[in-house]
Amino acid sequence: MNLDFSDDQKFLQQEARKFLDKEQTLSRNRSVLENSNKVDKELWKKIVDLGWTGIRVPEDYGGLGLGHLELCVIAEELGRFLAPVPFSSSVYLFTEAIINYASDEIKKDLLPKLVSGEVVGTLAITESFQAPTSDNIETLSENGTLNGKKIGVPDAEIATHTIVVCKTNNGISLQLVDLSSSGVTVEHQENIDESRGHFSIAFENAKCDLIGDDGSGWDLYELLINQAAVLFAYEQIGGSQASLDMAINYAKERYAFGRPIGSFQAIKHKLADMYVALTLAKSNCYYAAWALSTNASDLPSASATARVSATKAFQLCSKENIQTHGGNGFTWEYDCHMFYRRSKLLSLNIGSLSNWREKLVISLEQSNIN
Amino acid sequence: MDFNDTPEQAKFRKTCREWLEKNAKHKDNASKEPSFANKDVLEEAKLWQKKKYDAGWAMLHWPKEYGGIGASPIERIIWANEESKFDVPKGIFEIGLGMCGPVMMQYASEEQKERYLPPMAEGKEIWCQLFSEPSAGSDVAGLRSKAVQDGDKWIINGQKVWTSGAHFSDYGILVVRHDPELEKHKGLTFFFVDMKSPGIEVKPIKQITGGSSFNEVYFTDVEIPDSQRLGEIGDGWKVAITTLMNERLAVGDADGVDVEDAFRWAKTQDSLGEPLLNNKAARSSIADWYCEKSGLKNTKLRTMSALSKGDTPGPEASITKIVSAGKLQDIGNFGIDSLDMAGMLKTDDPDIKKFQMAWLGAPGMRIAGGTDEILRNIIAERVLGLPQEPRADKGLAYKDIPSGNS
Repeated sequence: MNLDFSDDQKFLQQEARKFLDKEQTLSRNRSVLENSNKVDKELWKKIVDLGWTGIRVPEDYGGLGLGHLELCVIAEELGRFLAPVPFSSSVYLFTEAIINYASDEIKKDLLPKLVSGEVVGTLAITESFQAPTSDNIETLSENGTLNGKKIGVPDAEIATHTIVVCKTNNGISLQLVDLSSSGVTVEHQENIDESRGHFSIAFENAKCDLIGDDGSGWDLYELLINQAAVLFAYEQIGGSQASLDMAINYAKERYAFGRPIGSFQAIKHKLADMYVALTLAKSNCYYAAWALSTNASDLPSASATARVSATKAFQLCSKENIQTHGGNGFTWEYDCHMFYRRSKLLSLNIGSLSNWREKLVISLEQSNIN
Repeated sequence: MDFNDTPEQAKFRKTCREWLEKNAKHKDNASKEPSFANKDVLEEAKLWQKKKYDAGWAMLHWPKEYGGIGASPIERIIWANEESKFDVPKGIFEIGLGMCGPVMMQYASEEQKERYLPPMAEGKEIWCQLFSEPSAGSDVAGLRSKAVQDGDKWIINGQKVWTSGAHFSDYGILVVRHDPELEKHKGLTFFFVDMKSPGIEVKPIKQITGGSSFNEVYFTDVEIPDSQRLGEIGDGWKVAITTLMNERLAVGDADGVDVEDAFRWAKTQDSLGEPLLNNKAARSSIADWYCEKSGLKNTKLRTMSALSKGDTPGPEASITKIVSAGKLQDIGNFGIDSLDMAGMLKTDDPDIKKFQMAWLGAPGMRIAGGTDEILRNIIAERVLGLPQEPRADKGLAYKDIPSGNS
């Protein structure tokens, strides 16, 4: 029994934290948010140079050939510092999909370039203001070409490629599209957290390549997000911890009625509740990380449990951090809102809290928890 | 990261399980009423404890001379983990073994340890904890029961309350005020007392569940030999804190219905013409309870990992009771609510009874062993490092502090 990361993994995490701190990542987040840059390309390049995009890529394809646990500790740190980079889109979703589902030819082509940063990927699924399902996807792939429009695709401007969840004659499929090919139009869409730009992508007879079996796209997508949910959850607990730390520091330093506000039980109990939510989420993340790294049979329930509790923790910690800061918390100047925004982005990317609760109960029904 | 036991742990687990399988019944899904004060349950619990004691399992982490087998913390957890899968009596010895035992271990004389610890482990002698008073609950250091020294003995007068199991206990640990002129934390002294001593009167308190697991305990000129003092005169608070720390570990999970019961119930219970499990609100609650339950379980596994590496466990364990007692109350309510108007009715249906008992019993769990509020203060101050509240009683002699409802 050892529900903990190894010393090497902890070292990697410490180094990641030092790096992101030294790079003043929070200030970078603010800068992207304020200047509509949509992404921090300089930081992204440094991250690529550190090899993080190749953590899970097998050595044969130029990567580090490490496991998901290494990715988890990096994710926690990216979440803590709100890194304004396309890591989740390109690494947790696109790269994992290529590793798991693509033909060897595509792997040989793309994986080394994902490691080197020449290729950046994202995943396009949403088409309207409702949750995507296998029944409401309209984007259509026929004879190697794609037609339709996706919206709310994160990081699509810096991305060179996307995987598109689309319809074919055989059902739902995953298609790989080079975003520089003709018939592809990427347009910026304003969103709640502009530190991670969102875009629409229109496909007009765009060339596409099938990934995985034709007609199996929805199952592959579900499998992909069941894995990615663990990594998203790690970003969420990193953000939760940072929000809680901010609130604690402020509550110790801010005086009202002649005493630090952190000495009032109304504040103490609020922060204790944040700690409780975070501790539950963190422990569930540890279990899910283990389930992910060993491909355990209870991965669906383990990842949904981590996802639901981490989403709840980050939402609670980020909103109560604002509340603890009082009027200052509501200003643009203080960083609280950046965590609040990111908590929303992370809770909606790969599906909302209510949908993950539903997935969790479905997984319990399937495994019959009694 | 590895979820499997080491070979030694696996071997130990197997030994535990084999013994349990021979000597106890696996838990089935049949309901068991919590029945702390029931005479038969007391006898049953004593028999079970004796059986465990004879095989070395009763207090396995204690040294051999006091009835243990000197097991490591991790082995203790493995045993508890395996025992929890079996339908065995609970709730009689937790206070004695979880709180009184450790304090005796730390403060009693060698002779006393040899005399009192083995029968405690064996279940032959039951212990209780005499701390709270009518005017001192969360602020337990505000207690007013008096100890006056008289040669080599002390004379105790006063009243204790919420004393679980006092009505069947043989001994108790007791904290009392030896000097009201001192500040409140400084005027306390700690003893253990024979509950059969003349002048002790135990009156059961009827709880909102209808049962009576705890009591008022009156002390009228009760004599305690000075040799039964634990710690120095005036060290009572320090000794009490040791006990309360152990209490928080001993209380742990609120026992009763959990998410599995809610899930099973929701599969079969009708909700406006379809199974309750089809109801969105029910599904959402079940998902959240499952996350809480798993979160606590995985937190324990993290604690266990720290222990098995020889590390001191982090403060994560402090969340257990806050989370599990609230969850118990909500799940009890969920079951009753699903019955609509009939949820009011008492019935022999074991499932319905379980939900009703949970709902009635949970308020006690949210208060016993540190209220939700005190536990949040502890997390905020000891874990998050927030400053203490300014205190109105600071620096005052105890006798000058208003207390209770006065």
